[in-house]
Amino acid sequence: MTDRSAAARFEITDEQRQIAALAREFAQKEIAPHIAAWDREHYFPRSLYTKMDAIGLMGVLVDERYGGVGAGYGAYALAVEELARVDAGSAVTLSVHAMIGAAIAKLGNELQRQEWLPRLSGGDTIAGFALTESDAGSDAGGIRSTATRRGDGFVLRGRKQWCTNGTHAGVVMAMFRTGGVGPKGVSAFLVDPKTPGVSVERETEKLGIRTSNTCDLAFDDVYVGPEALLGGEGEGFGGAMTALQGGRIGIAAQAVGILAACLDASVKFAQERMAFGKPIGAYEGVSFKIARMATDLEAARLLVYRAAALADAGTPSPTLASQAKFFASTAARTHASEALQIHGGYGFTTEFPVERYYRDAKITEIYEGTSEIQQIIIARSFLGRL
Amino acid sequence: MKIVVTVKLVPDPNGEKKLDPATKRLVRTGVETVINPYDEYALEAALQLKERIGGDSTVTVFCMSPESLKESLRKALAMGADGAVMLSDSSLEGSDVWASAHAMSLALKRIGFDILIVGGLTDDGSTGAVPGALAEFLGVPCLTNVRKIEIADGKVRVERETDGGYQEVTGSLPMLVTTALTIGEPRYPSLKGIMGAKKKPIDMLSVADIGAADTVGSAGSKTELLSFAPPPARGAGQIVTPEDPAAGAAAILAFLKDKKLV
Ligand SMILES: Cc1cc2nc3c(=O)[nH]c(=O)nc-3n(C[C@H](O)[C@H](O)[C@H](O)COP(=O)(O)OP(=O)(O)OC[C@H]3O[C@@H](n4cnc5c(N)ncnc54)[C@H](O)[C@@H]3O)c2cc1C
Ligand SMILES: Cc1cc2nc3c(=O)[nH]c(=O)nc-3n(C[C@H](O)[C@H](O)[C@H](O)COP(=O)(O)OP(=O)(O)OC[C@H]3O[C@@H](n4cnc5c(N)ncnc54)[C@H](O)[C@@H]3O)c2cc1C
Repeated sequence: MTDRSAAARFEITDEQRQIAALAREFAQKEIAPHIAAWDREHYFPRSLYTKMDAIGLMGVLVDERYGGVGAGYGAYALAVEELARVDAGSAVTLSVHAMIGAAIAKLGNELQRQEWLPRLSGGDTIAGFALTESDAGSDAGGIRSTATRRGDGFVLRGRKQWCTNGTHAGVVMAMFRTGGVGPKGVSAFLVDPKTPGVSVERETEKLGIRTSNTCDLAFDDVYVGPEALLGGEGEGFGGAMTALQGGRIGIAAQAVGILAACLDASVKFAQERMAFGKPIGAYEGVSFKIARMATDLEAARLLVYRAAALADAGTPSPTLASQAKFFASTAARTHASEALQIHGGYGFTTEFPVERYYRDAKITEIYEGTSEIQQIIIARSFLGRL
Repeated sequence: MKIVVTVKLVPDPNGEKKLDPATKRLVRTGVETVINPYDEYALEAALQLKERIGGDSTVTVFCMSPESLKESLRKALAMGADGAVMLSDSSLEGSDVWASAHAMSLALKRIGFDILIVGGLTDDGSTGAVPGALAEFLGVPCLTNVRKIEIADGKVRVERETDGGYQEVTGSLPMLVTTALTIGEPRYPSLKGIMGAKKKPIDMLSVADIGAADTVGSAGSKTELLSFAPPPARGAGQIVTPEDPAAGAAAILAFLKDKKLV
């Protein structure tokens, strides 16, 4: 169980620190030696997640009753951050996977929890999320894929675009229209992609996070039983938004990890690289970049830990989760560019990792709600719907 | 079977190490403290031994260190050790190998063990002299550089790593064994282990508890570090700029032969 009083006091507990240290050691040993090649080859390291599952990281958010450790959002954020410091791709694989487990715990019935959670925590099964379609991204209430009643169950039809973890997932939380237009007509389903009629139509080639799998899933007359429905009919849009509130803490933590990697690399380079007889860090043009980077990193971290601490205390704040994601992703993108600038020409080459951080940082401003959408959410919490 | 593993807490090997010119001791503030990497191998060997023997075997970790570093020992518990004992006392500061090993042996006698598994070397002091001294003070046999341990019918059977291969040696319990890195990669702690480690005991011992007041610290030590100096800076290298690769290879070979390196 998480220590609620410490979470409320907003301290990092000894256990959280140790989980962060474990994630750091794991990333250093299992990912760092391979990341340049994996990134170059768009390689999804499937066996990495078997190892991550064996030590319990994949089940970080899953309750003890279902085979996890219930370590909470603080531990989740720290683990994602540490992974992202080495590889933002595997960080999002874990982030989305854990987000789905949390959604099943929250929205599912007891049978669904017993069916899926032990698999997602210790059963070497990866989870994915399928909301977006070619014509519905930010405007997710406008999805067109349908689920129509057949007997007790449903028939799913349509195309889902850019599903993280899709190719390797043993379960996806997928949203389909069961009713009329708009968000109220959407329902959520838990679908095993091995169900007849589900196929991976295309894997997406990407600018960054190349070790993360992104694919389009086709649903061609897929029959699922009534047990696939997650939450009530018409509650799928709300369910997806609930999932994303937790997920955004993960993406914000991913951005923090990228930012921390940028700072590590920049400090080292600025101390070592000589120009005009001095290390470049001696020049304010460079050192002030590092000062701003370090300050934004700390501010982003505090927002993420605070959003996580509130979730662990049982009083999650959707606004704060959006603020954390908005701030951390903006900072990651801005400072990745600065980190590359500090590296000069070397930064532009694949000999140094900063070009990868630069490519990876951008996505954090897009998925799980673009920065524009985060600002809509934040503004609305102050202004109401005008 | 009571398995005890010695674990030293050392400054993070990935960080920079500094010696304080005034005290002639390693600077331990402002750096992360971790379990001495060699001792993680010793712990791995102990955990595997426990898994193989089964029954009511236990793995206890022993550490001599300032109490402020206690939390750094949790990793050993998270990896699977059943409990830990820490010998902490400000009077221990500045102990040399003799005084350290003497104090540790008194504590280990109190704890008791069937087999004591020790990493061969630390990442900070790096004398490698503690295991031998411990065996002497404890009056037990010592098998070093071991890559495999088996225990049956009260007998220990080990494989000792040597330059050219390995030796099989047997001995009787109680015994001290030092591990080679080939004993097996240390496991990761699991999240379950981390969450459970808080509930495992870390028992504290003081110098008074072990009755070693006169033999610890700088005063109780038999050696004294007089001075130290950094290794001499490396001289400039010699760069070969040959016409073609073959000439380059020949030049390098001639250089190595000249230095009697090949
Ligand atoms: C690598 C990757 C992985 C992804 N993983 C998943 C996944 O696992 N599951 C999933 O369901 N989806 C996933 N997505 C989809 C992602 O969440 C969407 O791309 C994102 O929500 C934006 O939607 P869109 O691309 O359709 O852009 P659009 O919604 O078309 O937006 C285009 C631009 O218009 C802006 N905009 C839109 N509406 C407004 C408005 N009202 N006010 C101001 N500006 C506005 C947007 O901010 C954006 O800048 C992934 C995408 C990528 C690239
Ligand atoms: C730069 C430097 C030089 C030194 N030179 C000398 C010297 O020449 N002579 C001398 O007598 N002392 C010397 N010392 C002091 C010596 O390092 C300490 O006395 C230390 O406690 C001995 O351990 P070690 O780190 O050398 O251990 P090693 O002998 O390298 O350690 C072997 C194993 O013993 C166990 N072990 C060692 N210490 C502990 C502990 N505190 N708790 C639990 N297990 C432990 C571990 O399992 C370890 O793997 C020196 C110290 C420094 C920093």
